[in-house]
Amino acid sequence: MILGGREWGSRLIMGTGGFRSLDDLEAALVASQAEIVTVALRRIDPARTSASPLDVIDRLGLFVLPNTAGCYTAREAVRTAQLAREAFGTDWIKLEVIGDDRTLYPDPVELLVAAERLVADGFVVLPYANDDPILARRLEAVGCAAVMPLGSPIGAGRGIDNPHHIRLIAEEAGVPVVLDAGIGTASDAAKAMELGCDAVLCASAVSRADDPAAMARAIRLGVEAGWEARRAGRIPARLHAQASTASLGLAELGDEADVRRVDVQQA
Amino acid sequence: MNVRVNGERRELDGGTSVAEVVRGLTDAERGVAVAVDGEVVPRSAWSETALADGQHVEVLRAVQGG
Repeated sequence: MILGGREWGSRLIMGTGGFRSLDDLEAALVASQAEIVTVALRRIDPARTSASPLDVIDRLGLFVLPNTAGCYTAREAVRTAQLAREAFGTDWIKLEVIGDDRTLYPDPVELLVAAERLVADGFVVLPYANDDPILARRLEAVGCAAVMPLGSPIGAGRGIDNPHHIRLIAEEAGVPVVLDAGIGTASDAAKAMELGCDAVLCASAVSRADDPAAMARAIRLGVEAGWEARRAGRIPARLHAQASTASLGLAELGDEADVRRVDVQQA
Repeated sequence: MNVRVNGERRELDGGTSVAEVVRGLTDAERGVAVAVDGEVVPRSAWSETALADGQHVEVLRAVQGG
């Protein structure tokens, strides 16, 4: 997959939020085989000198993708991205501009404004977006390196609420489409890929699973299965059966009554 | 002088630099970023940036998220 001008071997991007421990995080990252991993920026609290997820990510040699989680306006998000560039020495940013804290849906107006400013400032912008094909088109038009529509709200784990919209976005996009948010289990990730997404970003489904490493592996396999299935070209979904065994050469083994019953059914 | 560091009032000597404030909070350098009154202060300027009375300093670091 080419994303942001670089080639990646994995189509699963991992979020790091919600893990119960850094050991769980490390085991899940290894099992996921992800190469890109998100982190957030928060105030240093000297009273809580816990180890940083950055130690784990650096030790595994993974690519840090900072986010702007918690920002509600374009101004906050742009400043957070600039701070992240300073903290991590990267121009890449997962842009999140949230509309309210009940749904955590993106605010599309602020998101587009922030995306445009950050692209102008030289950032590789990966926007967490609503599942809106028109917004996706606008984000691509201002120069985003990908569009990342939600399947369902962050942490909801109910999969893809509107597969038609995800399909429309994937059909039209000229940049990679990353299904971000809402994944609950491996079949959701497979579904996203079957709908035409190029990658999946996943945090809570893994970090809050009973066994995060096992779920990371399951979702990786789901992403791979969905990607392979998409490339294989699925058969159309039909209302009626289509026999997979030829009827030519079928032996006549019934009596007159059986023949009449078949005629009635076929009429 | 009075400065707000991560939302808390701090009494600091006049001329205290951003670098000194950061060092008081963490030994880490990678994954740490500073804003003064909302503007990013590049790491290369931490030592030479003296804080002034009434300024708001945010010192941030990497945490799990996203």
